Amino acid sequence: MLQIDLWKRVLIWLVCAAGLLLALPNGFYTRVEQANDAAAEIIAKGETPERLETAGQWPSFLPSGLVNLGLDLRGGAHLLAEVQVEDVYEARMDALWPEVRDALRPERDTVGTFRRQPGPADQIRLKISKPDGMSRALEVVRGLANPVTSLTGAGATDIEVSSQGDILVVQLSEAEKLASDDRTVRQSLEIVRRRIDEVGTREPTIQRQGADRILIQVPGIGSASELKAIIGTTAQLTFNPVVGRGSDADAAPGIGNKIVPSLDEEGVYYTIEAAAVVTGEDLVDAQPSYDQNGRPAVTFRFNTSGARRFGDYTAENIGSPFAIVLDDEVVSAPVIQSHIPGGSGIITGNFTIEESTNLAVLLRAGALPAGLEFLEERTIGPELGQDSIDAGKVATAVAFIAVLVYMIGSYGMFGMFANVALVLNIALIFGMLSLIGGTLTLPGIAGIVLTVGMAVDANVLIFERIREELKAGRGPAKAIDEGYSKALSAILDANITTFITAVILFAMGSGPVRGFAITLGLGIMTSVFTAIFVTRLMIVMWFERRRPKTIEV
Amino acid sequence: MRLRLVPQETSFDFFKRAKLWLGISALMMVVALASFLLQGLNFGIDFRGGTTIRTEASETVDVGAYRDALAVHELGDVSITEVFDPSFEDDQHVAMIRIQAQDDGEAISGEMIETLKASLDAVAPGIKFVSVESVGPKVSGELITTAVIAVALAIGAVLIYIWLRFEWQFALGAVAALLHDVVLTIGVFSELQIKFDLAIIAALLTIVGYSLNDTVVVFDRVRENLRRYKKKDLAEVLNISINETLSRTMMTSVTTLLALVSLYVLGGDVIRGFVFAMIWGVIVGTYSSVFVASTILLKLGVKRDWSKQANTTGNQFSNIDA
Repeated sequence: MLQIDLWKRVLIWLVCAAGLLLALPNGFYTRVEQANDAAAEIIAKGETPERLETAGQWPSFLPSGLVNLGLDLRGGAHLLAEVQVEDVYEARMDALWPEVRDALRPERDTVGTFRRQPGPADQIRLKISKPDGMSRALEVVRGLANPVTSLTGAGATDIEVSSQGDILVVQLSEAEKLASDDRTVRQSLEIVRRRIDEVGTREPTIQRQGADRILIQVPGIGSASELKAIIGTTAQLTFNPVVGRGSDADAAPGIGNKIVPSLDEEGVYYTIEAAAVVTGEDLVDAQPSYDQNGRPAVTFRFNTSGARRFGDYTAENIGSPFAIVLDDEVVSAPVIQSHIPGGSGIITGNFTIEESTNLAVLLRAGALPAGLEFLEERTIGPELGQDSIDAGKVATAVAFIAVLVYMIGSYGMFGMFANVALVLNIALIFGMLSLIGGTLTLPGIAGIVLTVGMAVDANVLIFERIREELKAGRGPAKAIDEGYSKALSAILDANITTFITAVILFAMGSGPVRGFAITLGLGIMTSVFTAIFVTRLMIVMWFERRRPKTIEV
Repeated sequence: MRLRLVPQETSFDFFKRAKLWLGISALMMVVALASFLLQGLNFGIDFRGGTTIRTEASETVDVGAYRDALAVHELGDVSITEVFDPSFEDDQHVAMIRIQAQDDGEAISGEMIETLKASLDAVAPGIKFVSVESVGPKVSGELITTAVIAVALAIGAVLIYIWLRFEWQFALGAVAALLHDVVLTIGVFSELQIKFDLAIIAALLTIVGYSLNDTVVVFDRVRENLRRYKKKDLAEVLNISINETLSRTMMTSVTTLLALVSLYVLGGDVIRGFVFAMIWGVIVGTYSSVFVASTILLKLGVKRDWSKQANTTGNQFSNIDA
């Protein structure tokens, strides 16, 4: 009746031992963390005696996985950014306009003259002087369309061309918009990741959330504004032909042109062609350097296609001014002196060394394809986190002791068994958290404390059942056996229902709530395991040795 | 000698005053709903957007001075509350400042935070912003929707689970108890105007889980006893079942409360609201599993003649692990 196969016993103890071993590093948090950091540095930057020594603080044969501390415990910044995916439509239209113009020029005989009309930014509206030629114009412009490169948009083309009277309207098709949105968000995610990596912080979380949002969590950073400064600048570099220069911000720029302010000259505005000759996307490298006067500057190099376009343009426009535009501000507008064939150049302006270094980093990481709007910002200071950890530790310890004493008071010897299981239970939770790289948050600590309270529930169910069986006059062995088998369905039902809510919390929640769901869910699993395997095994082993005639529960 | 919360054998009649208990529960739910409708919840920024700043200074908090210092920035509704906690040092004076959501969809800007800090530094030198949280109105609306969906999903999922494992009367009884607990918890939050934020939703869902846990244990015993005592009437079987599980119900509630109370007292002020919700939930959940779930089960009645018709309806999954 009370038999447990040897292999099962070995397996149960092995699981417990593995849990304890995995939980062990968390008992020496700072030391293990330093050792892990040093080990990572050795791989990244090579060995130094110092690093080797720090890495040796924790024996390499022991597991070194740690429970990540959430932002509310460690301090840091949290941002939820929404990618302004529509920004890209405008850029696409501006880039398409010269192509449309060039395609329609040879057709002047049929379509007459044409002018771009003002309209929504994500459309090109063309007025043609011979409405009879509209069908030909549509045909020509439609010829510029490309197939959409996405799974869902198969068979569709990227632009939609239609006519309204004598106006020809070009805009992105729905399929292309969807594909473009997805591309934009993925690109933004990648660029945000690269920028944060350049600064080199510990374990940032950068995730896509929903269709167009990015969640960024960086532990240890001073404030959300600091984080925004790193990722927030779009660093959209373009090279545009200059149409004119003036001091009126509200002057009519003319169709296809736009007015942008100068970066460092107060009150100076440039009118530039909206369609860029070359953009930052064609950059392959950017480095901080100095110009011929010894002032900080940034040198850059284009890829082949960028270099060719840049070369062709400079060859054709010697003597005209040319604007280097960064995030819609003119950094400088030099006059083209000669043909620049090599595809490299230099950006000069009134930079400090720091600014030129930052600009180079931003350019190298690439431009964000669209603006970011920050919907949620949280900064948690490290002191608050430490206070929370300290309070959490004390509370957990007190809760723990209270429950231990209460269990022994209520169930005597059996209470002891339950207590051992409870300690194992906490160790297993930490072990599992370390193993899956889970994050411990403040509500997560509450989840653990709740588990301490609830973990004894399964044991209580069993012990109460054993009591009843004893009362009904069964012998000790029979009572224990019956107690376990009859309590099982209640234990399972009760825990599965709680587990369902934990799963829903995990799926729907974010941040701290999710942390709570993880510890609660893990706690349910480990408490069921310890109650129906570990305490049972302990009771059986005790029973085999003592063979008591009567037991008191 | 063993510690016993309830005597070895109890034979309370839990349904003698069933109407009274149901009446009290119904009345409390009405009060809770009325409070919720009239007063509304004190939503945190998670749900209504805005900014909260937790400040720490070495001098005592002068709420009036803080308010005056911030008034010049015209931020609309600003609320300042001093926070007390036994774990604070003597020279640690903490305040929470809450600023309403600004017009645009974005969170409050970093420069603004710096300006506010400079203004406050004038009245409380060396003031620190230990945490700043800002949620744009666009997100907060979605967070409410998600939270409501989460609670509804959780209740729906367990309804289905209990229906599969037991019978529909049990499921209804359990869900009635659940709604009772959720409504009363929301009522307490609106009545006492405790800040209601995302973490409280987590607490609500835990209460859902806990209350069910209790209910399911009682129901499990009812199911067993219904088979054992085929001749006794339902009220008697329910009473026997509740009495048999009473010791366990009290035991588990007390251990959980022990843990929660220590967290409430010692866990710091950041999670106090959250822990309060759980303590309340454990108490209400224990009560409701006995007085609401079982009473409703009694009123609905259970099909008893399993012998005539083999287990076909509803409980076909009920013996997978028996």
